[in-house]
Amino acid sequence: MLAYTARRLLIVLVTLLVASAIVFFVLEIVPGDPARLMLGLNATEDAVRALREQMGLNEPVLTRYLSWLSGMARGDFGESLTYSVPVTELIADRIVVSLPLALLALGLSTAIAIPVGIFTAARRGTRADTAAMAGTQLGIAIPNFWFALLLVYVFAVTLQWVPAGGFPGWDEGLWPGLRALILPAIALALPQAAILARVARSALLETLAEDYIRTARAKGLPANIVLWRHALRNAMIPVLTILGLQFAFLLAGTIIIENVFFLPGLGQLVFQAINQRDLIVVEGVVVLLVGTVVIVNFLVDLAYAWADPRLRRR
Amino acid sequence: MTDHLVAAEHEDWRLFLKKARANRSFQAGAAITLLIVFIAAVSLIWTPYDVAKLSIPDRLQGPSWSHWFGTDHFGRDIFSMIMEGSRNSIAVALIAVGIGIGIGVPLGCWAAARRGWIDEVFMRTSDIIFAFPALLSAVMITAIFGPGAVNAIIAIGIFNIPVFARVARGAALSLWPREFILAARASGKGPARITAEHILPNIANLLLVQGTIQFSLGILAEAGLSYVGLGAQPPATSWGRMLAEAQTMMAIAPQMAIAPGIAIIVTVLGLNLLGDGLRDVLDPKLRRER
Repeated sequence: MLAYTARRLLIVLVTLLVASAIVFFVLEIVPGDPARLMLGLNATEDAVRALREQMGLNEPVLTRYLSWLSGMARGDFGESLTYSVPVTELIADRIVVSLPLALLALGLSTAIAIPVGIFTAARRGTRADTAAMAGTQLGIAIPNFWFALLLVYVFAVTLQWVPAGGFPGWDEGLWPGLRALILPAIALALPQAAILARVARSALLETLAEDYIRTARAKGLPANIVLWRHALRNAMIPVLTILGLQFAFLLAGTIIIENVFFLPGLGQLVFQAINQRDLIVVEGVVVLLVGTVVIVNFLVDLAYAWADPRLRRR
Repeated sequence: MTDHLVAAEHEDWRLFLKKARANRSFQAGAAITLLIVFIAAVSLIWTPYDVAKLSIPDRLQGPSWSHWFGTDHFGRDIFSMIMEGSRNSIAVALIAVGIGIGIGVPLGCWAAARRGWIDEVFMRTSDIIFAFPALLSAVMITAIFGPGAVNAIIAIGIFNIPVFARVARGAALSLWPREFILAARASGKGPARITAEHILPNIANLLLVQGTIQFSLGILAEAGLSYVGLGAQPPATSWGRMLAEAQTMMAIAPQMAIAPGIAIIVTVLGLNLLGDGLRDVLDPKLRRER
């Protein structure tokens, strides 16, 4: 287990290193000089040159990459060009919106999908199963930002139960904050729930076809016990993989939904930063998201290897 | 010899049709997809109204006989705009799939044929690309290199490459140890020729199914990008942009948001059904792999 963990950890580190290099060098070839952009159209050549010097833009590319990398290793993501505050501070301000939103959406999608998956697998081939599966096909096809628009129209514009957008901040208390996040979370959760329900159903059906399930039935166990005790546990492995992937997707997927609801989250931060050519902020957020994906996948892999020793030899 | 081959192909085709007739998901998907393609083709030569012409007196009408889906805030016919927009969605998603297949499949086949460190490097690289949140990266690419349909195609296409490469590699790997490949090697064919003559024809079905799925994901991605203003630019019409404009009119004309949304849903649904149906019709063994 220790050797397996070490090997996986090495892969994680290499992946992060290469990903950071990709982000850095892709943004390096971006048209537009950040110094000129900051100073505006009327800036003199001297001023631009001085600012470039001050920002360290005249250093060789490799030197800048290495100093950025070593900074990140120490938790220093650099300083934003437009806001003149540390990038970590900007991210910390925004993540208190994006992270709860992603978690809320993940919780909602799991709470909808798992029962639907179990129900449809247990009643395979019935009308309820067919109807629910048709529903999931529809759920996958609905663009979440369109669903968000409808939610806003029904619950914010017409019924006025919740605000149409914006975020009051957690200082206002838990309830106002949650109220602002509930519609975006539902919009994000719907397509995810549809995918997850299908995965849960097919995983459960596959497990139900196994020999040990037939044995359990043959020895006279009630169908419910076979389903809940024997099948469900084994079927949860693929479900967990998708959940791990979905968390990362939700965190990044908030970028468009935040746009619909005017939420000051990571997505909005990246969007503004891209438009202002505040590249160091863009780099920081993208590396953070890629890091989250890689680390969540790593943890899911470890959980498997812990549960199933056969996987450790790979 | 050739006659025999033709007869065999004929037999395959008949079997395909027989299975297709029994598969409702395939029929529904194929019908919807053909309808959308038909609408896009018709829009090239004819739309009920000219979408470039503004007609303020007719603005914000509800659905009627003269305007099936109503009119927008400039008095443009929404049905005509949906027709025009279908072209953009199909073109962007289709070319993005083409990029994925054109670059991904050769890479995947190459990795499967060579194995060893090339394969290892290939797998790790695709792991890294998969770690990038696709939508965020697409937003980044289009925002930085300039919004527009071409950059949207590239941004979506890049993330199709590892998908097709993985599918091609996995399928090719399972074929290489088979007897007919061994026979081809024994007759002196090299890896490139074996891949072209024996591997590709045998993985084409799988690629077709994956292509349909990526096509539908591409439609959704394009809609998302043009919704945030990074896809097709005016005067081109796109479903995502129509939704963005509808959002500003939400309080007074919510019906503007309905038609483009339904258009996206129907197209994606049709392609997904077609993909599911194709998978079942082409090879029942594939059913378990998703």
